[in-house]
Amino acid sequence: MRRDADLGFAAAFAPPLLDPAREVPTAVAGRNGKPAGRRYDVYRNNVTVSLIETLAAIYPAVQRITGPDFFRAMARFHVRSSPPASPLLFDYGRDFPDFVANYAHAHDMPWLADVARIERAWLDAYHAADALPLAPALLSTIALERLGGLVLTPHPATRIVRSPYAAVTIFAANRDGTPTARIDASTPEDALITRPEFDVVVRHLPPGGAVFAASLTSGQPLGAAAIAAFDASPEFDIAENIAGLIEAGAFTSLAAGDA
Amino acid sequence: MITAIKPATVPLRFSLPIGGVAGTSFKPEHLPAILEAGPQAGFFEVHAENYMGAGGPPHRALETIRRDHPLSLHGVSMSIGGPQPLDKTHLARFRSLVARYQPTLVSEHLAWSTHETSFFNDLLPLPYTEATLACVCDHIDQVQEAIRRPLLLENPSTYLTFRESAMSETDFIRGIVARTGCGLLLDINNVFVSATNHGFPALDYLADFPLAHVGEIHLAGHAEQTDDDGNLLLIDSHDGPVADAVWKLFEIIIARRGPVPTLIEWDSSIPAWPILRAEAAAAQAILDRCKLAAATEDRHAA
Repeated sequence: MRRDADLGFAAAFAPPLLDPAREVPTAVAGRNGKPAGRRYDVYRNNVTVSLIETLAAIYPAVQRITGPDFFRAMARFHVRSSPPASPLLFDYGRDFPDFVANYAHAHDMPWLADVARIERAWLDAYHAADALPLAPALLSTIALERLGGLVLTPHPATRIVRSPYAAVTIFAANRDGTPTARIDASTPEDALITRPEFDVVVRHLPPGGAVFAASLTSGQPLGAAAIAAFDASPEFDIAENIAGLIEAGAFTSLAAGDA
Repeated sequence: MITAIKPATVPLRFSLPIGGVAGTSFKPEHLPAILEAGPQAGFFEVHAENYMGAGGPPHRALETIRRDHPLSLHGVSMSIGGPQPLDKTHLARFRSLVARYQPTLVSEHLAWSTHETSFFNDLLPLPYTEATLACVCDHIDQVQEAIRRPLLLENPSTYLTFRESAMSETDFIRGIVARTGCGLLLDINNVFVSATNHGFPALDYLADFPLAHVGEIHLAGHAEQTDDDGNLLLIDSHDGPVADAVWKLFEIIIARRGPVPTLIEWDSSIPAWPILRAEAAAAQAILDRCKLAAATEDRHAA
């Protein structure tokens, strides 16, 4: 118990780091025992700025769209209310897209949260485990009557992000820093994010493609996934979609189900 | 998706000591320039946490670097100086990296960064008392047990002091070395920053520092601010070249300690590779002069 009392320094030092309304801890001092003042603020600044920069590094397209001042103000709110719970910073900001969706000053950019979701998925794909993608030729070895029961194992990097806005086009236009032409934001777009080897690739999914891909990556057999995709979009093209997914490296292996 | 990493068996196979060579932080944007230059003397240091993902380009880059160069694995968020128990999952990840990449140097900080569930992403200070000393030693024991080799512990740069501190930082560090058998990473820029911020001579601190246990030296750039009273307040920013005063201290320490692996640390506003490489070459020149002086002395003695 004595030990706990002697080790209370972190409990006194930590809370004001992300809360500017709190007083500088009295347990710490500057020169000659003076209050720590701006010296403590160095730590406040290090913590807040480094975490804002972490979010800026994860969400560069969002920052390019909003401009740095808007982004940093928005990120500062998020950092203060939701600091990281892990020392792995590439895992930080998982709830940032939802925060952006509810951020009052971003309401006139309703697609911004979906662009953030694509950027979060991009980083998850980047750090995902390495695996060889399924060779496209393998599919042709499956007997036709067994195709409906075919189950595919998703590649660890594969992600799907759906949006009622043109989030994929907006993401692509703002990610690499090239000047953007005018974009009609009202076109719904779904994204497929894969990393077949070392480069993350973000693609548009065709109509019904997101339902199809999500069904397959959740372990549904090909037949059931195709039915769900047709239900979602009558334009769904099974041949185009399965070939596209395999070519993108969305899967690692397949297992032929029952006929 | 980050999945739990299975602890790998740590082979009892250590890289040979690399001696008085200069290295640099490894930054992925420098990889093409480094590869073009071909294998070179020196070593690279990485922040362990950046390589704790499951796969992808970071591991490919590190494998490429590791193939031709000694590696220094530098942890920045073990929170060894904090009062709460070490994060066992994080320790297991650290251990797995040591096992996978067989670094020649492994280091962490005398600082803390996690409290309860929040990670603050900064090297936060601690009071120097018998209670914190016991806690830090307990944490270092756990790390060294996990990685099965000595850890190099880095002295901090600080901007303030704790009123409850009952011993000097150098006494605290001597206590840690005596109890845990760990080695030390002497960050000379940190010494200079703390000395300026608290108003003591850097050379006094270095005279008290257990130099015989130093297995690596860090050199880095700092930034200047002022405190509430207008006193100069140096910030350990790692965003520029090494200051002249820090180079001078480095020469003095190398003459006293003999050559040890020395790292140029540059973590933000990262320059083009030739500029970072030139900083390392400047450190190497000082290390080589010391080796030459020692060889000359040997000849005279013979």
